[in-house]
Amino acid sequence: MSYAEASHLAQTWGLVLLAVLFVGAVIYALWPGNRDKFKRAAETPLKDEDDDDRQA
Amino acid sequence: MWSFHRWFEKHSLILLIGILVVVSIGGLVQITPLFFIESTIERVEGVRPYTPLELAGRQVYVREGCYTCHSQMIRPLRDEVERYGHYSLAAESMYDHPFQWGSKRTGPDLARVGGRYSDEWHRAHLTDPRSVVPESVMPPYAFLADADLDLRTMSDHLRANRLLRVPYTDEQIASAAADARAQATPFGEGAYEFEQRYGRVAQRDFDGDPARVTEMDALIAYLQMLGAGVDFSTYQADAPENER
Amino acid sequence: MAARGLTETGDEALVILAILIAGMFLVLFGAGSVEGPFATQMWTMFVAFLLGAAGIVGQLARAPQSGKLSRYENGVVKAGVVASMFWGVAGLLVGLIIALQLAFPNLFYFPEAGWTNFGRLRPLHTSAVIFAFGGNVLIATSFYVVQRTCRARLAGGLWPWFVFWGYQLFIVLAGTGYLMGITQSREYAEPPWYTDLWLTLVWVVYLLVFLGTIWKRQEKHIYVANWFYLAFIVTIAMLHIVNNLAIPVTLTSSFSYSLFAGVQDALTQWWYGHNAVGFFLTAGFLAIMYYFIPKQADRPVYSYRLSIIHFWALIFLYIWAGPHHLHYTALPQWAQTLGATFSIMLWMPSWGGMINGLMTLSGAWDKLRTDPVLRMLVVSVAFYGMSTFEGPVMSIRAVNSLSHYTDWTIGHVHSGALGWVGFVSFGALYCLVPWLWKKQRLYSNALVEWHFWLATIGIVLYITSMWVAGVMQGLMWRAYNDFGFLEYSFVESVEAMHPYYIIRALGGGLYLLGALVMAYNLWRTARADAPAHERAGDHPVAAASAAAE
Repeated sequence: MSYAEASHLAQTWGLVLLAVLFVGAVIYALWPGNRDKFKRAAETPLKDEDDDDRQA
Repeated sequence: MWSFHRWFEKHSLILLIGILVVVSIGGLVQITPLFFIESTIERVEGVRPYTPLELAGRQVYVREGCYTCHSQMIRPLRDEVERYGHYSLAAESMYDHPFQWGSKRTGPDLARVGGRYSDEWHRAHLTDPRSVVPESVMPPYAFLADADLDLRTMSDHLRANRLLRVPYTDEQIASAAADARAQATPFGEGAYEFEQRYGRVAQRDFDGDPARVTEMDALIAYLQMLGAGVDFSTYQADAPENER
Repeated sequence: MAARGLTETGDEALVILAILIAGMFLVLFGAGSVEGPFATQMWTMFVAFLLGAAGIVGQLARAPQSGKLSRYENGVVKAGVVASMFWGVAGLLVGLIIALQLAFPNLFYFPEAGWTNFGRLRPLHTSAVIFAFGGNVLIATSFYVVQRTCRARLAGGLWPWFVFWGYQLFIVLAGTGYLMGITQSREYAEPPWYTDLWLTLVWVVYLLVFLGTIWKRQEKHIYVANWFYLAFIVTIAMLHIVNNLAIPVTLTSSFSYSLFAGVQDALTQWWYGHNAVGFFLTAGFLAIMYYFIPKQADRPVYSYRLSIIHFWALIFLYIWAGPHHLHYTALPQWAQTLGATFSIMLWMPSWGGMINGLMTLSGAWDKLRTDPVLRMLVVSVAFYGMSTFEGPVMSIRAVNSLSHYTDWTIGHVHSGALGWVGFVSFGALYCLVPWLWKKQRLYSNALVEWHFWLATIGIVLYITSMWVAGVMQGLMWRAYNDFGFLEYSFVESVEAMHPYYIIRALGGGLYLLGALVMAYNLWRTARADAPAHERAGDHPVAAASAAAE
């Protein structure tokens, strides 16, 4: 593959691919059904047993 | 639906590959073209590989961290061109492994410092900067005049450069140490052979001490050739082959 | 999930021992080099490998520790905390010295001693604060966070200790090398080829220890802080390897020649240089933000969704921004434009992350009044927002034509380094010391207040003086008089910097003073002057589960 072909591919389908992937990540992040899962994930640092008694 | 992202969250290897793909693309698209596009570097007359003495001086320049305060890259802005000379061309650093463009001007740009000052001025300035420029904040480099230039690995330096496609000949590599000495010892042994190998390059006793070849010789030899190669009276910046 | 990257049976001690012994033979070949500094570096490595081997033999001679492992490995994190504090103070001290050299060039004036010159001390300062201080903070916190959020003990038995000591050796080799004049002159990548190779080995082990811990996690989901740590580790590995490609002059020489030349070399270097900021000083420390702010505020992160978007947007955009360091140079213009465009877009994810960090405090803003450690963490995020606004502005070509080569850049770097990286690291260390040394609280919150204000005033003095100095330099260099000639000679701009360089040194001095107060406070905390406190996770697993039943 010559440089011209590679750069053409990167500037057309490569760009589309990255844009689609990124839009996919955004939609996933905002998808309503994932709300509970993220809520649980966000609690990860707080439910660490190591710290149950740190505040005491 | 949207289960693909769950892979990232649950499988660290896939997350790792995802990261690598995303961060590689920028480098591939930006950097690799520079190696292929013909027009990255102009074709100009007058850019030549460093002589052994200049290359050794360049290593002193690198070692002392001169690049932390001095740039070697004149931008095409009116004031810079008037202050320092013609803006720097990509071709002028084509043999620079590594480049010395710098990022800070605590002191002035040095891309075209060659020939601007006498050897005596450089010597006095490097030994005690404030003796010639009272307002200067530059550190002193008096110790360079006391340090004999170590030429034991000079041939290896040239050989490493040739591996990187700097066009040194076998003869130049073999006689690198002698050539370094010859350039700082005009009319001495090997001076004629040096000129045969490198053409009409400045041969002087740069450090004012004819008995020795010091790091001061090497550094001043390097400074005195900076930016002096290209003849800009014949260079046409707006010629189609020079547009980038 | 069953995969285990590194064994935990104790066999790894023998593998490390073999590496160290092989290393001793290798460096002995170099110890006879005609280059004095290179030989010194080889002997340094030899002694380090010897000490490491002796340590491992001592470890093996002791009774086996199987069955007595606590739930989490804290020892190596503690060591990282101590190393961070030590290198932090050292790096700031060198910074103060070189700031004073610029303000008073005859103060540290030794014409016959090259190693005291600015040119050699400057990389010592940058490497000490970025890699020695910042790197140790990142390694220590990543080892702490990955264990807690995966609920798994650090993988690899002795390998984390190999990472820790191997990294300290890298720092010592790099630092002593600079003083002897060993450098590649690539900014933030100055160490020579053999030091680079050693770091590559250490870094690969670091990646495996981190991944190995993730692989044996008890938690289904990988917490977002670990994504940022992973992006930091992987991307730095890639950048480090590509940017340091070079041909050594001989195998017994510290000199090498970069694989690339001129314009290609410049772009490779600034692709590295900018992403060292993006992935070392940003992604890694954002991981700290995503763990320590929720933890210290005792609230979950404001929006986990935003953190996912933040992550992908940041790593996708950052990698393109490097060419803004090369505006108006001989780099082709299309590359400059591309770099500036992505730099400006980068503003969005950066501020998304800032909002996420700050808003974690929503509903608990009163804690800022009572908890100086939390305040330090939150102010660091505010500085992050400020620097990531200033950065895109400076990447615009018109602004850059004024700011480039001036002290404005130095001011910008330090608003990020002192304000963001420094404060978020200090906050994390203030959290970690009581947690690790089993204390209920710090020795003195009042001293944290002192540290906070000394450092904040120091930063304000530093960045405002450098803004003024930088803009003044830029304007003086391009000023014309009525006759159409340049108004000022270069040295007049140097002379004009004098008062600002003094103010800058004062600001740096205050920041160093704050760090010394912190070191004292942490030492007193660890030394039993603060109330002691046991935590469940430190007991042997068997005993803990027995107690739970």
